Amino acid sequence: MDIKKLLTPLTAWGNITKDPVTIKDPLNERPGADRYRGFHRNDVEVCIGCGTCEEICENEAIDMVAIAETKDGDSGLRPMIDYGRCCWCALCVDVCTTNSLSMSNEYTWVTTDPEDFRFVPGVDKKDWDKGDKGWKKPENYEFYSIKRVHMEELSPEERNGSFIEMMKGYSKEQAEKEADRCVECGICTATCPAHMGIPEYIKAIRNDDLEEGLRILYDTNPLPEICGRICTHKCESVCSMGHKGDPISIRWLKRYIADQNPSEKYKKILEVENLQPKDKKVAIIGSGPSGLSAAHYLALMGYQVKIFEKLEKAGGMMRYGIPEYRLPYDQIDKDINYILSLGVEIEYNVNIGTDISLEQLGKDYDAVFSGTGLQLGRSTGIEGSDNEHVYYSTDLLRKIAQGEEIEVAESIVVIGGGNVAMDITRSLARLQKEKYGKIQIITTSLEKEENMPADREEVVEAREEGCVINPGWAPKSIEIKDGIPTGLHVVKCNSLFDGEGRFNPQCDLDVKEFWPGTMIVQSIGQGMDISYITEEMREKLEFGPRGRVQTDEYFQTSLKWLFMGGDIIQGPDVIHGIANGHMAAVGIDRMLNPEK
Amino acid sequence: MEKSKLFTLNEDRSLYPEHDENGKPIVDLSSHKFLKIWQGPQHPGVTGNMSLELTVSGDEIVESKTHVGYLHRGFEKLMERRKYIQCFPTCIRMCVAEPDPNEYVLSNAIEELSGIEVPEMAKWLRTLVLEMARLQVLLRGVPGQAGTFALGLGYQWGNYLRDLILDSFEELTGGRVYHMYILPGGVRGLLPDGFKKRMEDKLKLIDEFMIKIDKLIFQNVVFESRARGLGYIPKEWVDVYGVYGPAARAAGVMRDVRKTNPYLKYSELDFEPYTTTDSDVFARTEVRYNDLKMTVDLIRQIMAKMPEKGDIKAETPNVMHWKIPKGETYSKCESSRGEYGMYMVSDGSDKPRRVNLKGPSYTHANALLDRLLINANIADTAAIMVSLATCPPEIER
Repeated sequence: MDIKKLLTPLTAWGNITKDPVTIKDPLNERPGADRYRGFHRNDVEVCIGCGTCEEICENEAIDMVAIAETKDGDSGLRPMIDYGRCCWCALCVDVCTTNSLSMSNEYTWVTTDPEDFRFVPGVDKKDWDKGDKGWKKPENYEFYSIKRVHMEELSPEERNGSFIEMMKGYSKEQAEKEADRCVECGICTATCPAHMGIPEYIKAIRNDDLEEGLRILYDTNPLPEICGRICTHKCESVCSMGHKGDPISIRWLKRYIADQNPSEKYKKILEVENLQPKDKKVAIIGSGPSGLSAAHYLALMGYQVKIFEKLEKAGGMMRYGIPEYRLPYDQIDKDINYILSLGVEIEYNVNIGTDISLEQLGKDYDAVFSGTGLQLGRSTGIEGSDNEHVYYSTDLLRKIAQGEEIEVAESIVVIGGGNVAMDITRSLARLQKEKYGKIQIITTSLEKEENMPADREEVVEAREEGCVINPGWAPKSIEIKDGIPTGLHVVKCNSLFDGEGRFNPQCDLDVKEFWPGTMIVQSIGQGMDISYITEEMREKLEFGPRGRVQTDEYFQTSLKWLFMGGDIIQGPDVIHGIANGHMAAVGIDRMLNPEK
Repeated sequence: MEKSKLFTLNEDRSLYPEHDENGKPIVDLSSHKFLKIWQGPQHPGVTGNMSLELTVSGDEIVESKTHVGYLHRGFEKLMERRKYIQCFPTCIRMCVAEPDPNEYVLSNAIEELSGIEVPEMAKWLRTLVLEMARLQVLLRGVPGQAGTFALGLGYQWGNYLRDLILDSFEELTGGRVYHMYILPGGVRGLLPDGFKKRMEDKLKLIDEFMIKIDKLIFQNVVFESRARGLGYIPKEWVDVYGVYGPAARAAGVMRDVRKTNPYLKYSELDFEPYTTTDSDVFARTEVRYNDLKMTVDLIRQIMAKMPEKGDIKAETPNVMHWKIPKGETYSKCESSRGEYGMYMVSDGSDKPRRVNLKGPSYTHANALLDRLLINANIADTAAIMVSLATCPPEIER
């Protein structure tokens, strides 16, 4: 036996004089590390209740429970964590679309009631809510791309002097990449006036099943080519992806589906080849979005539908209010022709009220839907605004769409800061470029740059094209010389609303400017023309604020046979019109088919 | 005067069973010459539950049969019902003691199938974490081998140091045991400030520990006399029984994925895995002791060579509906126990069609252990089992 090997292990006795290494009171002396994945925290003010945390949790430890009030962009739900199931992986934190969810470095919790271990972080107050240590999503680390796939567009030089569509559309790869970013929270669906199945059709793009995508679009929206280009995309403004990065290009993805499906296949894809006709007739006044939407869904139900249109082509403001470079006419035709192919009749150049009375329509048809829209321009009412060279944007846009010659001046001032103002500015700029080879146009709005109602990209693109956008000025008067305007006097506008939120612009009269222009365009909103409603009928109808006819949830007026929707009731935008038309079609069907 | 013997050794070998033509012992329990005893499912020295059905004659084992099924949780099957990202918190549970190779092989399989290149920084961090995982396992495993002979002191020392390494894991990954750090596309964080300094301090403690362990275990006549010649694995068995890692290297067969199929940053590191030829419990402990030394050295090399900053995660498709292209792959790495691999089949959907984990314990604790225990003493069972680094959760996925 090796005596050395018998004795060497005994050197371990040397430890007997050393201090112990154990911590006597670990719970108090040893906090969790800075990144520790401890109990959850949630900033409920930032959280939008998208439910992505619930979706990614592999243990089903998270339930979304109703806590806050539901509003646009916030489901009102908040995650409730069940610590009987949670495995502390923190995937919920990493995937959180708003970064509201995090974890504390607390890891001890004693309670006598097991139910306590199911709690809603941020709502059920806990000791660890305050600290800032614990797991947070690392920087430069995402579970999805927060950057939008850029859609190619014509350069400002190419755009100028041309009404060719400026956005080129997505390729298959681009669309699928953009569709991949969606987390399917459905906040968009809740916000969309038509409640389109947005996550579902985005999923169809990911699966490269565009026929299924088209079916989903037509469930709620019969104008996808149009909406895919010019929708006000309220969905995107609430998109959960927008909190950390860019919202999903929902509008462009819708356009992608519609663009990729050829119109001749629509009837087969949408399975509408064998509609069962009914013997009831419905008249529709106006072929704008609400009228077309109502016609589409009524036709699907088998009703005999006839549209009465005042102008020579269908589409209403979509055709006569939106410039071709944003919404090409062939795309409008694609959507409308499909609706007409379902057996919907249309009569052009008929003015209800003068050619046929509304009462007569009510007698000839089982129900009437009116969606006549807002076509009248609104005047600023300032000095000189009654001059013949002072125009309304609605009139000019209609004339451009109709191909009429416009007397485009060399220098123009546009009053207005909304999308229509941008449309007329950019349309006139194109015409100026064509006629004079240069652009000289100034557009102003009461609102400051950050509060301009127009879409941001519209303002940016208008500037790229050479227009001057000068927000934050109030029009004072139009200077007229020899019956022709010479320019617009403006003063600095400091604020628009008073303390109580009423419209009450405050201007600094000392800061003033004069912008020369021999053509002044007013684009400060539109008014409705419902002169086709006779006095006799007016007595039977109920009117609400701003002269709007009151309707029920199905857009039925107090005259049972008359339904009204679109911009004259709710708006102004295309998607509200579509939603109204759809709902009215359901209402008409309920009225005409009560036993169903 | 002849001293009376307390115990007598019966030299009559006829007590032992005869073997049939297949080499199986013919055991007749009614002869009262044999006894069946169960070791396990709970017993010291094994992380997880597993049972050995031993047929003994006296205190000598004549037949052994491994029984598993005590902790079957069906993780492989569960993963078929989970999105790829959700497999990541599941897979780590397939070997509790050393979860990081699970994370790595899963992430690597997903990356291989979808053609994702992991950023350099993430590769360094993955290498570091895998070595730290090996370190914390061996800190307990090497002295734990002596623990099977009831020398628990080294195990206590090792456990303390392991706790310090777990502290480092906590700092880096947010978790002590389930680190959930290596995920598809990269890793979940850079080194915290001062991490390297604190790690180096701990490595110095481990250097001292290595000297003490050498004196306590390898310069120990009791350990040596019990471990030498015990659980001998002939070199020919390495292929026949599927022997991996330290057990194979103790038999003189160089088996180390880090060297034979370098992955991550191992090709940029300078190391030579220790091999010997004795192939008994002592040799295997020696190999793992040298592995521990090499791991400490590797961590120092990694910390010196790795960049300070960099991307930690490649851009991946949205994890909420990440579809992996159709295909199959086998992804492997070297765990402290040997080659650890995952076979993954994708049918092109957002969930794996099949995940199959292949760890060394499967062969070590079943066929090989059954064979090794024959003619061993009951008291040596745990020593043989631990020398094979058996991890039952890895057998029952």
